[in-house]
Amino acid sequence: MSLLEIERLTVDLPPGADRPHAVEEASLSVEAGKILCVVGESGSGKSVTAAAVMGLLPQAMRASGRIGFEGRDLLRLDQRAMRDLRGRRIGMIFQEPMSALNPLMRVGDQVAEVLDVHGRRSNGPARVQELLAAVNLPEPARLARAWPHHLSGGQRQRVMIAMALALEPALLIADEPTTALDVTTQMQILRLVRELQARRGMGVLFITHDFGVVAEIADQVAVMQHGRVVEAGPARAVLDRPQHAYTRALVAAVPHAPEHQAERQAARAGEAILALRNVRKTYYRGTVFTGRSAVRAVDGATIEIGRGETLGLVGESGSGKSTLARCVVNLVHPESGEIRYRGADLRPLSRSAWKPFRRRIQMIFQDPYSSLNPRRRVADIIAEGPVAHGVPRADALAKAAELLRLVQLDPRAGDRFPHEFSGGQRQRVGIARALAMDPEVLIADEPVSALDVSVQAQVLALLAELQARLGLTMLFITHDLRVAAQVCDRVAVMQQGVIVEQGPTPQVFAAPQHAYTRTLLDSIPGRSWVPPDFPRA
Amino acid sequence: MSSFLLSFRRNRGAFVGAVVLAAVAALAAAAPLLFPFSPWDMRGVPFAQPGQEGFLLGSDNLGRDVAAGIAHGAHVSLLIGAVSTLAALALGVTVGAIAGFAGGAIDDALMRFTELVQTVPSFVLAIVLVAIFTPSLASIVAAIAIVSWPPVARVVRAEFLSLRRREFVQAAEVLGRSRADIVLREILPNALSPIIVLASLMVASAILLESALSFLGLGDPNRMSWGFMIGAGRSVIRLAWWTSVFPGLAIFLTVLALNLVGEGLNDALNPRVARKRG
Repeated sequence: MSLLEIERLTVDLPPGADRPHAVEEASLSVEAGKILCVVGESGSGKSVTAAAVMGLLPQAMRASGRIGFEGRDLLRLDQRAMRDLRGRRIGMIFQEPMSALNPLMRVGDQVAEVLDVHGRRSNGPARVQELLAAVNLPEPARLARAWPHHLSGGQRQRVMIAMALALEPALLIADEPTTALDVTTQMQILRLVRELQARRGMGVLFITHDFGVVAEIADQVAVMQHGRVVEAGPARAVLDRPQHAYTRALVAAVPHAPEHQAERQAARAGEAILALRNVRKTYYRGTVFTGRSAVRAVDGATIEIGRGETLGLVGESGSGKSTLARCVVNLVHPESGEIRYRGADLRPLSRSAWKPFRRRIQMIFQDPYSSLNPRRRVADIIAEGPVAHGVPRADALAKAAELLRLVQLDPRAGDRFPHEFSGGQRQRVGIARALAMDPEVLIADEPVSALDVSVQAQVLALLAELQARLGLTMLFITHDLRVAAQVCDRVAVMQQGVIVEQGPTPQVFAAPQHAYTRTLLDSIPGRSWVPPDFPRA
Repeated sequence: MSSFLLSFRRNRGAFVGAVVLAAVAALAAAAPLLFPFSPWDMRGVPFAQPGQEGFLLGSDNLGRDVAAGIAHGAHVSLLIGAVSTLAALALGVTVGAIAGFAGGAIDDALMRFTELVQTVPSFVLAIVLVAIFTPSLASIVAAIAIVSWPPVARVVRAEFLSLRRREFVQAAEVLGRSRADIVLREILPNALSPIIVLASLMVASAILLESALSFLGLGDPNRMSWGFMIGAGRSVIRLAWWTSVFPGLAIFLTVLALNLVGEGLNDALNPRVARKRG
């Protein structure tokens, strides 16, 4: 018998939601000692399923069906019995390690509290250190006395895992536990989950949106769409031979390096349009009173981008890649170095002297929800740039309609406000706004990282098409190496403000020179898995 | 916009407040018709009880009609409330916007100056200002505006600080738009909700401030006002309670109405609360 048996689970949404059920007739099972990955895009009902198992559904949502666990139906247990099970038999880790720990309690005390609550105080401190050691945290004795803000994101997530495992639960539920983490940290956490699960023979219900993560750790996979389980089976089978059309679409949307990449790169190499030399940007923290400390966000970066090519800037959060991108468009003012566009050094220019170059260099932003002014109509948002450069308003609006068509939106959408659009559509509006200036260089700062994988694929395809049609030169910033492999002709790898390696994409990926590049590449989840090619339905 | 009106109406207190406010405004507008004579005129015997001698709300120690005083006084209260709030907003929004947008040393200088103004007790400062510039409608408005802009500046600065980091503001910057354009068309419209809420409460405190100044005899000597009526009636409060109670009631109702409206606006314009209701 399975450890966890979810049968025909249906969770109702409150009346007035966009569909009647968050989860509809979903059946899943987790075997002891196995990892079941539930994958789906946002709104697929995967997190609601996990909450139903934990008995943590919001009041307004009613669940029906059966959730069998150790011979009992969890849906029929009362609050008390459920509370007893949580933590003791079922552990849970959440997405946001930053907010899941109490900032006013020492780390060790928080782990000890889990033991206390279930009356297992007996060998407190020793057991806490043992747990912290079990999740591969260094110096457990010292770490137990630390405050949460002393720990990095990955360390906090380890503490969360230690708390979840404190009572040796039979089932671990992990709801996107690595989404907020950097790739290298994500890999460490995934390996840790895998290792602990194997050592203790736990069953794991692992929720993710990332097929790479699935390929990395899953034994079984269930794919959810609109609250339904559309496909389930052993990981290898689902990943390599997906049956359902939706699974196929999702797998096809996973970014991967195109074939014939070397030829593409050779065909494009042109003279350098944008050249950065020794760009430095230092931030100062603190005041005169507390003492100032310097943070070198960008420390002597040198890159060149040839006409018509896409240079990828990859690195983890805090590596300075976004700061460097903002230096290029003068949103951040570097203290030294050269930023040459067609030979002209842009760095020392004043705000007004910069203005003509605004037409040539444009930017696409990361967050489709904050990059459009919520109080303005889409057509106005797109037309605003040309108007600021002296184009008559009527002409600019006419062009805005044309641009909406170019980014595959209905030209009549111009009369609407940003909140009436989905994330992917908003990102298209952001692209149209940048293109309204007829730029030669486009800086794209994580343009797809806030989007679901299928929407991500559409936006990437659109960017590729626009680049080919308009002959754009792109600086593409991303933390996702799969995306970089698909989009970029050359990549530059950044670590702590320094560019440690750059070169043609296939070469960097196949034969990385720098140790950090190798670590990054090894951290791509599911690296060994190559998404299968099949004719698109 | 209709959803805004809906959530505003669903708040019963705000709706009542708006009705009371409309009634006070109507009274101020209709004063010359209802009482077609100066509120300073002696219309009959002094200390007439409410309802006697043709005085709806009685008469004061000089035989002036209290009801006429309240109707004409509404004019002054509302005028001063509205104009001084607008003046304070103009000052506060300008200072706050410059501080929040420019940041750095300019921000520091402006905010330290704002704090300096805030540390002076506002009522004392208002008295000094009115006393120096001789009491008149203009000097009272100016005094109230000068003492009440600092909170506006602080709210606007805070909004600007958070909004200018948003990507749509950066996008406007990258498009090469002018600073004035970015401030007025991108940031300010998004900072409007808290400013409107604050303004409705400022009107209430401006009316109170004017009443207090008039009570102390620092009102415009040519205009009848509620505060002046209470001040004049306080020495005879045991003999003729109505000379101070009715103007006091008028102030109370108007200020309460403004507070209710302010709260309603806050709920309707604050997306987090609005979503909870919807």
